[in-house]
Amino acid sequence: MRMETVTLTIKKTPTLMLEAEAISPDGLAGKSLDEIRALPVYMGREQFTIGDYFDVAGATGATAAETKVVVKGDLSRVKYLGTKMSAGELVIEGNADMYVGAWMSGGKLTAKGNVDAFAGTGMKGGELLIEGNAGNYLGSAYRGDWRGMQAGLIRVKGNVGSDTGYFMNGGEIIIEGNADVHVGTHAEGGKIVIKGNAKSRLGGQMVEGTIILLGTVDVMMPGYKYIGDEDVEVDGAKIVMSAYVGDLGERHRKRKGVPIYGKLYIKKAEPADAAASREARLARAREAKKARFAPPEGTASA
Amino acid sequence: MAEYLIKNGFVFDPVTGVKGDRKDVAIRDGKIVDSVSSSAKVYDASGKTVMAGAVEVHAHVAGPKVNEGRNYRPEDKLFGTRVKDSKDTRMTGGFSIPTTFKTGYSYAKMGYTVVMEAAMPPLYARHVHEEMRDTPIIDQGAFPVFGNNWFVLEYLKNNELENTAAYIAWLLRASKGYAVKVVNPGGTEAWAWGLNCLSVNDPVPYFDITPAQIVKGLIEANEYLGLPHSIHIHANNLGNPGNFQTTLDTFKLAEGYKANNKFGREQTMHHTHVQFHSYGGDNWGNFESKADAIMDYVNANPNLTIDTGNVTLDETTTMTADGPFEHHLTELNHLKWANVDVELETAAGIVPYVYSPDIKVCAIQWAIGLELALLAKDPMRCFITTDHPNAGPFTRYPRIMKWLMSKESRDERLNTFKHADKVISSTLLAGLDREISFYELAQMTRAGPAKALGLAGTYGGLAPGMDADVVVYDINPEGPFTGDDIERAFTDASYVIKTGVPVVQDGRVISNGNKRTLWVDAKVNENAQVMRDVEEKFLKYYSVSLKNYEVQGHHYIPNPYAIEVDATSEV
Repeated sequence: MRMETVTLTIKKTPTLMLEAEAISPDGLAGKSLDEIRALPVYMGREQFTIGDYFDVAGATGATAAETKVVVKGDLSRVKYLGTKMSAGELVIEGNADMYVGAWMSGGKLTAKGNVDAFAGTGMKGGELLIEGNAGNYLGSAYRGDWRGMQAGLIRVKGNVGSDTGYFMNGGEIIIEGNADVHVGTHAEGGKIVIKGNAKSRLGGQMVEGTIILLGTVDVMMPGYKYIGDEDVEVDGAKIVMSAYVGDLGERHRKRKGVPIYGKLYIKKAEPADAAASREARLARAREAKKARFAPPEGTASA
Repeated sequence: MAEYLIKNGFVFDPVTGVKGDRKDVAIRDGKIVDSVSSSAKVYDASGKTVMAGAVEVHAHVAGPKVNEGRNYRPEDKLFGTRVKDSKDTRMTGGFSIPTTFKTGYSYAKMGYTVVMEAAMPPLYARHVHEEMRDTPIIDQGAFPVFGNNWFVLEYLKNNELENTAAYIAWLLRASKGYAVKVVNPGGTEAWAWGLNCLSVNDPVPYFDITPAQIVKGLIEANEYLGLPHSIHIHANNLGNPGNFQTTLDTFKLAEGYKANNKFGREQTMHHTHVQFHSYGGDNWGNFESKADAIMDYVNANPNLTIDTGNVTLDETTTMTADGPFEHHLTELNHLKWANVDVELETAAGIVPYVYSPDIKVCAIQWAIGLELALLAKDPMRCFITTDHPNAGPFTRYPRIMKWLMSKESRDERLNTFKHADKVISSTLLAGLDREISFYELAQMTRAGPAKALGLAGTYGGLAPGMDADVVVYDINPEGPFTGDDIERAFTDASYVIKTGVPVVQDGRVISNGNKRTLWVDAKVNENAQVMRDVEEKFLKYYSVSLKNYEVQGHHYIPNPYAIEVDATSEV
């Protein structure tokens, strides 16, 4: 199979957000450059074409699997890149807006910059690699939906926003950096690995699924129970971790009479480290509190 | 003078008894006529099927619970939003709970010209009417719910028939309602006490009255008034294995009553979405079809009409005034639940539901809905519905028609279920060879429901003098055609005329028509006691005053169509 590459370079910054669902291997495969230029994109209630906003060069393969799409430039006002892609490759060379790789079911999507919220929403398969940071609701469900990420792999080199893996049902999310609040809320499956630190509300209302935290957590959920230490494999290395089950406030289905819980693993700190990490955590909390009650910059204190 | 001539189509009209003859249909000034002048606009329907506009007897398409469904299910309108058909139409969206605009357009495209909203909480009647006003093209009426209303429970407890009737007449006028709807009689009120009524003899807490007493009392009051429609009931024990017995018990409550009305209606009870009420077995494991027992009774008792409530095997949004049932459902499927208690009147619940072809129970439900229609001996008394959106969206009617009219399409679906063997052994469908004919379809979707609603003189037929609602479908009834051809033809009609105005052409909406709101204006003797009771209850219990309750004026009903009933008597 020969891979053909088509390159789209953004020419001007859209005034509003540009909805470009067509930009994916599935949307472009088998089309000539002129046909691609004529494909619709939307801004507000107006319809435009890809050609209005992008320079298009290269060639496409006959099918999505034979097509690599490269999008270049500042895409921070472009939404839905790689939405519903099922095969092939998509490379986003700048920062992108919301819904990158949402509902994707196959292929490989690489975002070299940052992506905004809802990347990998409802993802059903394939691989989503984010080299920068991801926004809120990574690998989550759409608003109102109870079917979040189902399968596939999301890897983020940077940090992620809040509500990662909201209603996650399957697949895996690996975060190399830190995670903001609410991870795996309402999850009923899947696995989330956080290599950095987490803030709070890990696995709130989680029914099933796994969260693995290698760094520290500021505040634990009250609905988790420590059940002992276990060896856990992360990226090929075996690590001794504290295992917790929960969220005990939720319903849990049973297998052979035994309830199945969500599992939360937190890397065991060395005894000496424990005191240090507690100190660091309290210091962070004090800073946060100070910042919250500090007068806005530029105002004179009475 | 607007004249149209629909020429040379294959006409199916149960009202005039035409069974597929090649005929012309003439229209002048909104009415069907015998002939028109040579200046009439001609539509060539050669090779196509012509029927009257279809009549929807039961759908949840307007009001607070429909709108709450839209609110709390943004995912329902995630995909499939469509831009305008033409400059006169609006954007549309939503699948199981479409926007009001999509509701109007989609019904019209399928050739439906009258749609009854099946459950109007009187307290929120203004909201219902505002949504109906914003639903273009189709004529609509709404059924206020009476089966758990405190006034009704108290009057019937004391056997006060005249007071019950006077209250019904007052509430129909106050809410601009069309008929007496009964949902889980007594059970919804019991739900306010954390209970339910699962048989016709379970007493309602506090009121100490049984569902049987409520149903019989409402039939008596309905016939005392001589309303165009009979009582329209959703019985107790919906959706539970083994509930067919409760359904038969409910049917029997109508025995011995005679329809009293000037509209040609013959039934004294319409039972809705019977599919949800035809279950055998005593758990989900031995769940099975009892459509035969149900239809044996229906076929033998002409004082009953039913609609099917066909499961369409889609992801949908259930919503009903049967509050306890929706709580039961959310416990089963663990999906999000919305619930409300409507003061002295009723309640409602909403839960999304996925009817998956891979789940045995869903496939059996699908089969039962089809069995009811296929076992009906009198198509004038069995109507096709999906209890929209409960068993599926109304936009799937053409697909149900495909399954009913083509055994091949039906068997193809039946045999490819994941649990096909179990489904076949728990149902009768595999043994039913009947294919519904075009004429029978016109009975089930036009003449039948129009007659049951007391609207036989206006809708559902092509006799001179009737309203000119005429539909042309692009299908030749003499064949050959496949099941998919049926579905395609009935989804997007070639031509639809609504009260003399062309509204759809080649599957596209071309006009917003002349929508009317139907309601029943029943006159009774002045009843000081009922009026005093109304005033007292509004002072003591209601959260609104009477002045903020009644539906009045152009804002709510810009184009009313009042049907008058005189139940006054010599004192």
